[in-house]
Amino acid sequence: MSSNEVILELKDLKTWFKVEAGTLKAVNGVDLTIHKGETLGLVGESGCGKSTLGRTIMRLYKPDGGQVLYKGKDIWKYKKPEIKTFRKEVQMIFQDPYASLDPLNIVHDVVEEGMKIHKLYPEKEAREKRILELLNMVGLNQEHEYRFPHEFSGGQRQRVGIARALSVEPELIVCDEPISALDVSIQAQVVNLLKDLQKKLGLSYLFITHDLSMVKYISDRIAVMYLGGIVELAESQELFDHTMHPYTKALMSAIPIADPDVEQKRRRILLSGDVPSPVNLEAGCAFCKRCGQAKDKCRKERPKLTQVRPGHFVACHFAGE
Amino acid sequence: MEEKTRIFDEHDFDPIPEQDRHTDTVARQSTSYLKDVWRSFCKRKTALVSLVVMAVILLLVLIGPEISGYDYYSNDYTAINQPPSAAHWFGTDSLGRDLWTRVWMGGRVSLLIAILATIIPYTIGMIVGGISGYFGGKLDQFIMRAIDVLMGIPQLIYMILLMVIMGSGNIWTLVIAMSITGWMSAARSTRGLVLQLRNRDFVVASETLGASPARLIAKHLLPNTMGILVVGMAMMIPSVIYSEAFLSYIGLGITPPNPSWGQLIKTASETFRYYPYQFIIPCIFISITMLCCNLIGDGLRDALDPKLRA
Repeated sequence: MSSNEVILELKDLKTWFKVEAGTLKAVNGVDLTIHKGETLGLVGESGCGKSTLGRTIMRLYKPDGGQVLYKGKDIWKYKKPEIKTFRKEVQMIFQDPYASLDPLNIVHDVVEEGMKIHKLYPEKEAREKRILELLNMVGLNQEHEYRFPHEFSGGQRQRVGIARALSVEPELIVCDEPISALDVSIQAQVVNLLKDLQKKLGLSYLFITHDLSMVKYISDRIAVMYLGGIVELAESQELFDHTMHPYTKALMSAIPIADPDVEQKRRRILLSGDVPSPVNLEAGCAFCKRCGQAKDKCRKERPKLTQVRPGHFVACHFAGE
Repeated sequence: MEEKTRIFDEHDFDPIPEQDRHTDTVARQSTSYLKDVWRSFCKRKTALVSLVVMAVILLLVLIGPEISGYDYYSNDYTAINQPPSAAHWFGTDSLGRDLWTRVWMGGRVSLLIAILATIIPYTIGMIVGGISGYFGGKLDQFIMRAIDVLMGIPQLIYMILLMVIMGSGNIWTLVIAMSITGWMSAARSTRGLVLQLRNRDFVVASETLGASPARLIAKHLLPNTMGILVVGMAMMIPSVIYSEAFLSYIGLGITPPNPSWGQLIKTASETFRYYPYQFIIPCIFISITMLCCNLIGDGLRDALDPKLRA
C-alpha cells in the first residue's frame, strides 16, 4: 500500500507558546516521516501536543525550531505560488464537525469554496457535477446539497468536512481526531469511508486520535506521543505485539477487550500522578515521574528515539531490556 | 416471568431491502437562503407589522408631498396656524405652509440622512474592524488606539468644524459628520466579533483551503457577524434620526425653509402651547420610525441566524 517515497518529513520540530508562566512546549523535538499512500497514526492523551503538531504541519502555527519538509522542501521557505500548491495538496479534517462548518454556508458552497480558490473546474457545469460526485463519494446525495450544516447529524457533517477536504484533490490529509466527536457506529462508518477513499485516491493520512483500537485498525504505522515528544514509533502490528515503552504499555492495558473472561483476568497498568505541565519542562525523560521503572538516569537525561527492533523506535533508556 | 428462547435464523441478519431504506432522507424542502430568511422573518409578527408600517411611511414620504397639491416652501398668509382640516390634512404652520407636505418632505430628509449615516459608517467600520480583528497584533493595536483617541473628541466638535468648512444646513454635511463619528463604534463591535470567530474551525478550514484574508473576511467573518451587526444598524437608525432632530433643534442641522422632522419639531416647539398638533405630528412619526426600526432589527437578527430559525 505505502511506497518508499517520503511525502512529509518533520525534523526536530518544536512549537512553543508563550504563556504567563513561561514557555509552553507543546511540540518539543518531533522527528517523523510520512510515506506516500501511508496512514500514520498519532496517539496520545489530551494536551500532549497532537493537535498542535497537526496544525504546525498545516502551516497554521510557525514552528519555533526544526523543519516541516513537504516533498523535500521546507514549508516555511515557500514563496506565494508554492504556498498555494501546498494548500491544495495538504488538507485537514477537523475534530468537531459542529464547529468546522460555517453555519451560514450550505453544503454546496462548502464543497465549492476550495475549487473556486484553486480554479479547479472553471466551468460552472463541470463544477456542479464534481460537487455532486464528491458528495456521492462520501455517502451524501443531491438532496443534502442545498442544506445548512445545522440540519445534519454529526456524522453527516463530518462527511461534508471530508468532501470539503477532498474537493481540492489533496495528497496528504491531516485528520485531527476526526472521529472522537462521533458515536461509535458512526465512527466505524467514517473510518471505513476514509479507508476506502485512501484506496481509491491514493491519499496519505496523518491520523491523530486518542483511540488506540481505532488507530490500530486504520494505521500502517503508529507514533505514540507524550508531552510534546514521540516516545514510540513502529508498524502497527509490531507496536501491539512488542510494546516497549512503559507509557505505551500502560495505554495498551487500558484498551477494553470484548471478552469478559479475558478482561477480568488481565492486569491493568494504572499510572499514578498527573501529566506534568508542559510549561517550563525539566530536563530528563518526560515520563519519569509516572514511570514504574524510572531510575536516576531517567531524571537527568532525556532519552532519544532509537531503533530497538527493525522499524521500531523507542525513546526510553531501558527499552531493550 | 416467562423465559423465551429466541432462536435466530439466518434471514434475521439479511440487509433491509433497498426500497425500505428511508433512514437518510430529510423531510424538509430545500430553499434558497434569502427565501429562508424571509420565511423566518414572516413568522415574527411584531417585526412583520413594523415592516409594513415602515413601508407605509416610506411610501408616504415618497408620494405624500405630491398628492397634497401644495409645496413645502410657499407661504399663504390667509391660512396661518390652521388646525387639521379637509384642505390641510395636518394643518398649517405659522407661515401658512401646508404641514402634510412639510412632514413628508421632512421625512425625506430625515430618512435619507438616517439611512446614509447608518450604512456609510457601518460599511467603513466593518471593513476596518474586520481587518483589525483578522490580522491582530500591531495593526490591531494601532487601529484600536487611534479609535480610542478619535472617540475622545465629542461629535459636536466634528459637526461644527465641518459646518465651517462645508457650510451648514446641508444634508451632506450632516451625513459626513455622522459617518466620521459613527464608524468607530461599528469598527469596535465588528472587531470584537471577528476576534471571537477568528480561531473557529470553519475559518481555519477555509484558511487551509488557501483562502486569502480578503476572502476570509468577506465570505466567512463578516457574514457571521452580520446577525448582530444588523441589529446594531437597525438600532443606529433611530439614534441618527434623533441626533439629526437634536442638531436641527439647536440650529446646527437642516436650515429653513428645508424641513426635516427635527426642524419641524424645533419650529413647532416655540408655539407648542397654542398649536400642539404642529408639534405632535412630527413627533409621532419620529417615534413610530424609531420603534419600527428597532423591532425590524430584532426580527432580522433572528431571521438571519439559521440556528435560531424555527
